[in-house]
Amino acid sequence: MNLDIALWLSQDAITNGAVYALLAIALVLVYTVTRIIFVPQGEFISFAALSLASLQAGQVPGTVYLLIAGGILVVAADSVGLPRAVALQRLPGRLIRQMALPLAAGGIAWWSASRPDDLWLQIVATLAIVTPLGPMVYRLAFQPIAHASVLVLLIVAVAVHYVLTGMGLVFFGGEGLRSNPYSSLSFNVGVLNVTAQSLLIVFASVTLMAALWFVFERTLYGKALNATAINRTGAQLIGVSPSFSGQLSFALAAFIAAISGLLIAPTTTVYYDTGFLISLKGFVGATVGGMASYPLAVVGSLLVGFLEAGSSFWWSAFKDSLVFTLIVPVLLWRSLATPHSEGDERQ
Amino acid sequence: MKARLPPMIAIAAIAAAPLLLSDYYIILMNYIGLASLVALGLVLLTGVAGLTSFGQAAFVGLGAYATAVVTTRYGWSPWLGLAVGMTLTATAALFLGFITLRLSDQYLPLGTIAWGISIYFAFGNLVFLGEHSGIPGIPPLSLFGWTIDTGWRLYLVIWLVVLLALLAARNLLDSRIGRAIRTLNGHARMAESFGVDTGRLKIIVFVYSALLASLAGWLYAHFLRYVSPSPFGINAGIDYLFMAVIGGSGHIWGAVAGASILTLMREWLKDILPHLLGRNGNYEIIVFGLLVVLLLHRTSSGLMPFLVRMLPGGRLLRPVAAAPLPQRPRLARGETLLAIDRVSKSFGAIGAVRELSFELKAGGIVGLIGPNGAGKSTVFNLATGLLPVTAGSIMFRGQRIERLGSREIAELGIARTFQHPNLLADRSALENAAIGAHLRGEAGLIAASLRLERAEEARLRDEAARQLERVGLGANLHDAAGSLPLGSQRILEIARALCADPLLLLLDEPAAGLRHLEKQALAALLRDLRDDGVSILLVEHDMNFLMGLADRVLVMEFGRLIADGPPHAVQSDPAVLEAYLGVAA
Repeated sequence: MNLDIALWLSQDAITNGAVYALLAIALVLVYTVTRIIFVPQGEFISFAALSLASLQAGQVPGTVYLLIAGGILVVAADSVGLPRAVALQRLPGRLIRQMALPLAAGGIAWWSASRPDDLWLQIVATLAIVTPLGPMVYRLAFQPIAHASVLVLLIVAVAVHYVLTGMGLVFFGGEGLRSNPYSSLSFNVGVLNVTAQSLLIVFASVTLMAALWFVFERTLYGKALNATAINRTGAQLIGVSPSFSGQLSFALAAFIAAISGLLIAPTTTVYYDTGFLISLKGFVGATVGGMASYPLAVVGSLLVGFLEAGSSFWWSAFKDSLVFTLIVPVLLWRSLATPHSEGDERQ
Repeated sequence: MKARLPPMIAIAAIAAAPLLLSDYYIILMNYIGLASLVALGLVLLTGVAGLTSFGQAAFVGLGAYATAVVTTRYGWSPWLGLAVGMTLTATAALFLGFITLRLSDQYLPLGTIAWGISIYFAFGNLVFLGEHSGIPGIPPLSLFGWTIDTGWRLYLVIWLVVLLALLAARNLLDSRIGRAIRTLNGHARMAESFGVDTGRLKIIVFVYSALLASLAGWLYAHFLRYVSPSPFGINAGIDYLFMAVIGGSGHIWGAVAGASILTLMREWLKDILPHLLGRNGNYEIIVFGLLVVLLLHRTSSGLMPFLVRMLPGGRLLRPVAAAPLPQRPRLARGETLLAIDRVSKSFGAIGAVRELSFELKAGGIVGLIGPNGAGKSTVFNLATGLLPVTAGSIMFRGQRIERLGSREIAELGIARTFQHPNLLADRSALENAAIGAHLRGEAGLIAASLRLERAEEARLRDEAARQLERVGLGANLHDAAGSLPLGSQRILEIARALCADPLLLLLDEPAAGLRHLEKQALAALLRDLRDDGVSILLVEHDMNFLMGLADRVLVMEFGRLIADGPPHAVQSDPAVLEAYLGVAA
């Protein structure tokens, strides 16, 4: 390997690592706030990338119907168990609140499908479709069992992953789609050919991380999420509803996944199940920080990016094998660095 | 026993099945049997010990590939294939267990996901293993010249193995090691203070579950006579976990229930849905996922507890009179038992215990009192090795113990109770008490699985029953610990500590939640224990209770000792009055 190849691989590593880092951050966020290992994240990535590609092909993506159906189910779930009169009385307000966003997103998508050249509109439509799916999933699948064990939450997360993967196949078919490049510019920096596309990915990731930092440190909602992550009961006592925190963290995670999906859509052919493997790599990154530390999750994700780039050069058949084996030395290091068993005690 | 009936019916149904079922269903039943073996390992690992693994399919694959390679490439016997597969699996599981299980519990699922994915890609890419097309031409098994190559012969072999594995698992859970395994699920600190090596036990359970998976893989390879990577991927690993959780991961028969439901549901959905919804799409995973979510919303502990409620009552753990266990020699009255010398403990900047020194002589009852936050429970945790000291030394019978772990301290003869009862809520009082006697038995996992330790087990249970009777819970031997009133749970904690045959008993607020008469009974019990040569240090808030009971009272405030003397002298000590009432008397 010479310097040129090393530089070229590094560019690849950083571009991919930046996307994994975003996903790792979303995983840490959801896990610390809700104790859910957010397996369905991958589907949100695929949904975003494929919705964008569908809109560019002039079609309204099937995810719009999922969003509208989800809104109706949320209204139904909120009404279950209430006396009929109360449920009926509250129904109009609920319908307006829950259905406004899905219907608006549907309208934007329909409008966007008729304007296949308007990239910004397509991006807005995609974000508007995918982001509200996050809180819906939390409301329907997790909120009723928010106090269950981490294991049960994990199994439900995997079941949701199955449901959404199956739906992805129904909406988008088995063939992969690739969206149009945002820009075909590239610059020569020394020997390196830097594409605007990869600059955009890194720029967008860094901006989003900075924005998240701002949300957590400077806004009330961000602080509420932080409080829930540190102590659920304590946060509840000072008025932070766990359901609200859960839905908010899922909304943020879906938004991050949607952005990641938009970023990768033009760089690779995305299939209905592509997101899962990408999100697993973010997951390996998050593990480096023990599913608890944001900075270490970012470092871990970049490590995954470099390992992937390196192994695709030397031993490409084992690329994925090597990336997931990375977890072993990481765990070994954490294990040797930790003097005592941390087994959590139930009192 | 009537509770034997449901398993008997299940076994009869399994035996009769080949006569009633079509060939298609026999093959399906074979798959269910293999999956049950893997799920059974997960029932022990996940349901009982509270650890999660996504990598079981990879262990199945290891077992299958090992026998495939040695039988087709080298022409070895399948039995050698089994040995090779088991050895590889045990090695891999030991390594994975070693690096993940010392960390907190979420690392095993993470580590096993990575392991499951890596090995799947390795199977698919190694030329030696046939890459994605796999290894064909694996010979069938043969037993005593009887070749096992038809569906129903395989059925007999597979289900015989499943039933034996279920029997071994049942025996295991109903033993000393089984009780220790149950404590792994959230009670590790308590278990350590009774001498259970929880770190080692976690690894053992993980290896046991991996070996069951590997055994299933060996059977699978000789049943299908062909291996390829696809059945051993991470999705299969997830499926096995689904089976254990859906079946009800706390029950060994939950493995069979979960494996049956999941396999049949998959098959039926694959048949039915294309007729209803058209062939264009993978509808069964949508419906399947929805069913799992709905099921877990209804019952988060799986189907088996629901089935069990509909069946006649659970098994009783009946103690039989047995030869008593040997006791430690008692100490001479007045011998120095515990010497705490300038011990400090800080949590960050907060000094919970500061330069504390006192000695305990054998044969007394000593009270440790002080306002909330004075550091009393911290002293207990330091003396039992649950917390490391920041500075100072602790001697027990002339031996330094401040650097020892809970287990080693337990072995020296210190037993304790916990301020918040730390019991297995859904197990009987008898089982809970018997955990205390862990160090007085030695039978391991294999002896327990094969029931070779019944004599020892009877003595342990008899001891537990005797101590429960001694503390006044003789009528509650078979009640679930969690169903007892809080006061009785504290008394049960004392019985468990007594099962350890301690020289020094540390009691953390034993009288809290007791009524007047119960307190009198407790005081009588403690005097009786003292007369029997057990020394007692107890933290207590009820001064009246202590006054009539303790020979000596130590008073702590802000981590320091402020008074030490006979109860009546301490009661009128100005420093103590100030600490409690906030004014100088």
